[in-house]
Amino acid sequence: MIYDVVILGGGPAGLSAAVEAKKDGAENVLILERDRELGGILNQCIHNGFGLHTFNEELTGPEYAERYIHQVTDLGIPYLLNTMVLDLTDNGDLKTIHVINEEDGYTVIQSKAVILTMGCRERTSGAIGIPGYRPSGVFTAGTVQRYINMEGYMPGKEVVILGSGDIGLIMARRMTLEGAHVNAVCELMPYSNGLVRNIVQCLDDYDIPLKLSHTITFIHGKDRIEGVSVSQVDEKMKVIPGTEEYIPCDTLLLSVGLIPENEITRNAGVEMDDRTNGSVVGELRQTSIPGVFACGNVVHVHDLVDFVSEEAVLAGKGAAKYVKGTLDTNVTFTTVNGNGISYVVPQQVAMKNVEENVTFYMRVRQVFKDRVVNAYIGDQLVATKKEKKLLPAEMVNFKIAKELLAQYPAGEIRFVVEEAKK
Amino acid sequence: MYDIAIIGAGIAGSYIARELSRYKLDIVLLDGENDVGNQITMANSAIVHAGFDAPSYKLKGKFNAAGNIMYGKICDDLDVPFKRCGSLVVAHDEFEMATIHDLYKNGLKNGVPGLKILFKDEVHAMEPNLSEDICGALYAPTAGIVSPFELCAHVAENAVDNGVTLKLNHMVTAINKVDDYFSITTADENIDAKLVINAAGLYADDVYEMVGEPYFKLLARKGNYFIFDKDAGSLVNSVIFPCPSKNGKGILVSPTVHGNLLIGPDASPVDKGDVSTTGEQLDYIKANALKNCPALPFKKIIRSYAGLRNTPVADTFTTTDGDFILEESPVKGFINVAGYESPGLTSIPAVAHYVVEEIVKPLIPNIESNPNFDPKVRPHLRFEELSDEERADIIKKDPKYGKVICRCETITEGEILDVIHRNAGARTVKSVKKRCRAGMGRCQGGFCSPRVVEILARELNCSLDEIMYDQQDSTYILAGQTKSAKEEA
Repeated sequence: MIYDVVILGGGPAGLSAAVEAKKDGAENVLILERDRELGGILNQCIHNGFGLHTFNEELTGPEYAERYIHQVTDLGIPYLLNTMVLDLTDNGDLKTIHVINEEDGYTVIQSKAVILTMGCRERTSGAIGIPGYRPSGVFTAGTVQRYINMEGYMPGKEVVILGSGDIGLIMARRMTLEGAHVNAVCELMPYSNGLVRNIVQCLDDYDIPLKLSHTITFIHGKDRIEGVSVSQVDEKMKVIPGTEEYIPCDTLLLSVGLIPENEITRNAGVEMDDRTNGSVVGELRQTSIPGVFACGNVVHVHDLVDFVSEEAVLAGKGAAKYVKGTLDTNVTFTTVNGNGISYVVPQQVAMKNVEENVTFYMRVRQVFKDRVVNAYIGDQLVATKKEKKLLPAEMVNFKIAKELLAQYPAGEIRFVVEEAKK
Repeated sequence: MYDIAIIGAGIAGSYIARELSRYKLDIVLLDGENDVGNQITMANSAIVHAGFDAPSYKLKGKFNAAGNIMYGKICDDLDVPFKRCGSLVVAHDEFEMATIHDLYKNGLKNGVPGLKILFKDEVHAMEPNLSEDICGALYAPTAGIVSPFELCAHVAENAVDNGVTLKLNHMVTAINKVDDYFSITTADENIDAKLVINAAGLYADDVYEMVGEPYFKLLARKGNYFIFDKDAGSLVNSVIFPCPSKNGKGILVSPTVHGNLLIGPDASPVDKGDVSTTGEQLDYIKANALKNCPALPFKKIIRSYAGLRNTPVADTFTTTDGDFILEESPVKGFINVAGYESPGLTSIPAVAHYVVEEIVKPLIPNIESNPNFDPKVRPHLRFEELSDEERADIIKKDPKYGKVICRCETITEGEILDVIHRNAGARTVKSVKKRCRAGMGRCQGGFCSPRVVEILARELNCSLDEIMYDQQDSTYILAGQTKSAKEEA
């Protein structure tokens, strides 16, 4: 059997993309999931706050996932669990996917289109190279989230957290509620890398100190971690001598960034973007290989799952169009990150595929107050978005109407942060 | 009463135990750690040296090239990843070229085969990513790279397969010579043995002092390392050494046998047991590695670690004159295998043969061969290395090979179960990692460690919080159930 669309990953991006592809007319859709259930990382996110944008209500992670899982089962979309994709190859009109699982063994699946939704993984202590020992008790925040919420075990009682990413903040609260004492959250940057609402609800409400411009300079303890040395850093992120402080702890959590999981993408030969660590995508999340689409955290790390689902709808539409032969391949615009912006997704726009507008997702390089984000084509200002506060941790969604873009034949759309004109 | 007790289950003790198991002897292999090969054997450069640097009059010079030649067959018998990738000692100027010529001559004396001095263009043809200003090199085709953790685990496994008793968590605290045997006190029990082989690594001097007057002292010298992601693994094809100086072999750049890239080590004296990395030393390694390999992508580092050398010192603090100590000590029946630093890993097949045949055998009258000795371990199945057809076959036979636990290294549940259920098998998260690489990849166990804990708990029939990362009791991973889990229970 040849599938129309096969989706690599049954997390929020994969579920939403599958539903949309099926609704848009792709007949044989299949989801491949490596874990034992659909829902991806949402299953271990038992806190609420999901779905405000999509459903206008606050859901827990599993509840949010369930909404989409219901749609998948209602539409009769098949899925394989505990199934690992080993390799994806492009044979022109057909893509070949090599998978293994316990029931069917080694299987080769063929599909006209593929949507990549493998999500992301956490940066590790090894990657950031904290000096000191390598004892037990040093975890990434997501691993601890799994131990506590899925397995029902606490990793320790006296906690220090390095990095103010959202998972770390959420786990600071979760561990406090479970009776642990969180000594401090240390953040290398002079600003938080988590959402403002998480700083307030997870740290401030529980009197957990957030130490900005601080990092861990030594891990103590040969067997189990016994403590950390914490030092202040200057504006160049160099340790300021003499500021070192010893904090005893039995657990260190790291929440120091997420990295899109693109091993399969790279091996397949898809063009990548160094800024996002994801693939270069178009307005319908088409990649450089015709018929291969990508969406969600595998393209760029999102801060809200609602936007993942929203982006996945685009990929689902795109894959369905591709299967029906109605996807236009002529790129009209490319996007560029100008002053103050670190990346823009999508990197390309084919105007013929655009329905009413294009939403550009981007992140700023630093904290800005009372600025505008301007979109230029050549020296022409196309659109402006006013922002009271711009934070690197909070993704900017910049929606531009089709008719505004349609005034220009082609070119680069450049996004810049500028002073608001009075 | 054992015929022989071996103290220390690192590569030296484990290998000697395996060689002794060729004979009908009651052998016990003791270690204070919770796994074999858990100290010096675990954290080093993982290189099988060609053998051109040690002077020929030293034991190091005598056994290095001899051990190297034995590696192919041994890694075949014990199913250990090993690759003869060759090594280059590179020179940046004519003074260093003079050293290269000295090394070449010394290598010939030591019987190192295939040595060749390369000109600049030959070096860059072989290794296009090396620094432009390298003007020549000594090429040693017999140098190789090995997985030291797997080697030690498989050697210990083979020793146990052939009748050796392995006792972990048996820290030796005292030894008494009683008539014609030794009574060894460990934390757990007393063990009696007619002969003792002291292969206690960095602590061999302390162990010897339990029975005899000290005549050697061991100095811990620490080396820091970085491991890079497999993306960077093909930056060099062979082991790249700088020209040696009075400070030692210098900072090398090497592929690993599993496809990663390794740089290190520095050398500084420390207290025994201090394996902490330090920021300054890590920076020093980066700076020095860049001199030979300017394209090193530091963003792709996935792990740093430090290991210790056990350097013998006499009455001064000089570290360069030390040699292996391989002899029956002044205490009759007590054999020291000490000061066993680099090139110890490379030399061990030849050294173990020497220790057994030349030192131990003369002490045991009427020694008989073990007719059941099998030099091979049961083959290890590595899913990632199989062809598509082989993968289909093995999952049909055992569906556990269809379940990937470690995504980064594509390690299946079948492989993890296998390393748990072998002799000298894995009992901890770290020992699983050392034997089959689950958790060694770019996510460093972020995804798979909870699964590995779960599998260990199931197979060892205990609860999740009883599973250790490494040492017994002190390296717990989980500190008990959550409130809600307790309420449910």
